Amino acid sequence: MTRIEKASRTDQEQGLSRRTALSCMAWVGTGVLWTVAGGVPRSLGLIGDAAAAPPGGSTPNSFTFVQVSDSHIGFNKEANPDVGATLRAAIDGVNALPVRPAFAVHTGDVTHLSKPEEFDTAAQLLGGLKTGALHVVPGEHDVLDDTATAFRERYAPRDARGNGWYSFDEAGVHFLALVNVMDLKAGGLGNLGEEQLAWLEDDLRGRADSTPIVVLAHIPLWSVYPEWGWGTADSERALAALRRFGSVTVLNGHIHQVMQKVEGRIAFHTAMSTAFPQPAPGSAPSPGPMKVPADQLRRMLGVSRVEYVPGTAPLALVDTPLIG
Amino acid sequence: MTIVRRMAGALPGAALALALLAAAPPQARAAGPVEIRIDNFTFNPPVITVPKGTAVTWLNADDIPHKLAGSDRPWKSPVLDTDQRFSMTFAEPGTYPYFCSLHPHMTGTVVVTAE
Repeated sequence: MTRIEKASRTDQEQGLSRRTALSCMAWVGTGVLWTVAGGVPRSLGLIGDAAAAPPGGSTPNSFTFVQVSDSHIGFNKEANPDVGATLRAAIDGVNALPVRPAFAVHTGDVTHLSKPEEFDTAAQLLGGLKTGALHVVPGEHDVLDDTATAFRERYAPRDARGNGWYSFDEAGVHFLALVNVMDLKAGGLGNLGEEQLAWLEDDLRGRADSTPIVVLAHIPLWSVYPEWGWGTADSERALAALRRFGSVTVLNGHIHQVMQKVEGRIAFHTAMSTAFPQPAPGSAPSPGPMKVPADQLRRMLGVSRVEYVPGTAPLALVDTPLIG
Repeated sequence: MTIVRRMAGALPGAALALALLAAAPPQARAAGPVEIRIDNFTFNPPVITVPKGTAVTWLNADDIPHKLAGSDRPWKSPVLDTDQRFSMTFAEPGTYPYFCSLHPHMTGTVVVTAE
């Protein structure tokens, strides 16, 4: 069995006690179920897992949403010859939830090669989600036409700016949907760019510190493992603009495994892929797809687990690398 | 700068070599075929030195697509999926740094000499 465990803690003295336990289990072919109670997102656990309970009681304004990521429709290599089936399994899991999620987010790499037929297949599959709106940010595999035209035609709202970034609100929570996979520079990492950063600062200006913020972006906004490009070069300026808010949750994809970290009032989370696993940082020669026997694909990834336990400082992050 | 590019796609090696010979400009003397293998998200070798007129071929041996782009000159390859090749002939001496525009931590350099 392959197991990954992480525990993160934050400092209650910073007034963060309302961010209670945040934990999730992830599984290839599933999404992660999130609930927002009192404006603070909390992961409820793996979809299909017994721990995935409906949102607590009748808390006013509470709702759930799901995060799906890295579906790579079009990928057909050994690591998973049928990525459509595993995405379908994820969607079936979402649709079987006892409480219908308000909406879904997909944190990028919907397709593998940005081909029109891949976008078509993905749209057909994702159209089966019995949730409200689907909010999608692009991964680098979705913008291989360099202009992100195909992606934007599918998923960017009309009021999206620049390369397709936008913001929206759901039940008092402000969401920022960012694009950090365009105009990448040699030797660099993910990139937000001056124009998007200026927009982000402007978007946040005037919002009350108590507004819960959720940030969606494909490549992690914290430095997970720069040696593999797992980070965003200019994220610090974005995080600086977010630090005054009491609750910031950053949801990323890209690395095909769950990782979680809390810095001050900002909680970072990466989701599992619905397509194929990638190795833990530094545990393999490269971040390429992990190959596991087909009959073990879901089971082996299904035991990945992350727990966030609040209460004591400082932040603790414990990794047990995946072993292929 | 004159660059001759050729997307080899899934051409077998022999056919590729013939195609490159046919496309080579007259002044390009036969430098041996040079292939850079993309493996484990690295360019192997990361730095190569070739005489001008040499056709350089990249082969993507990863299960993930890559796409080449000049770091300081505006050239790029098509997306290279697994086992696809891309060839480019460097006609003028110079240093040509490049990277993968999907995975920009992947960098390499082609040094082209006068002879």
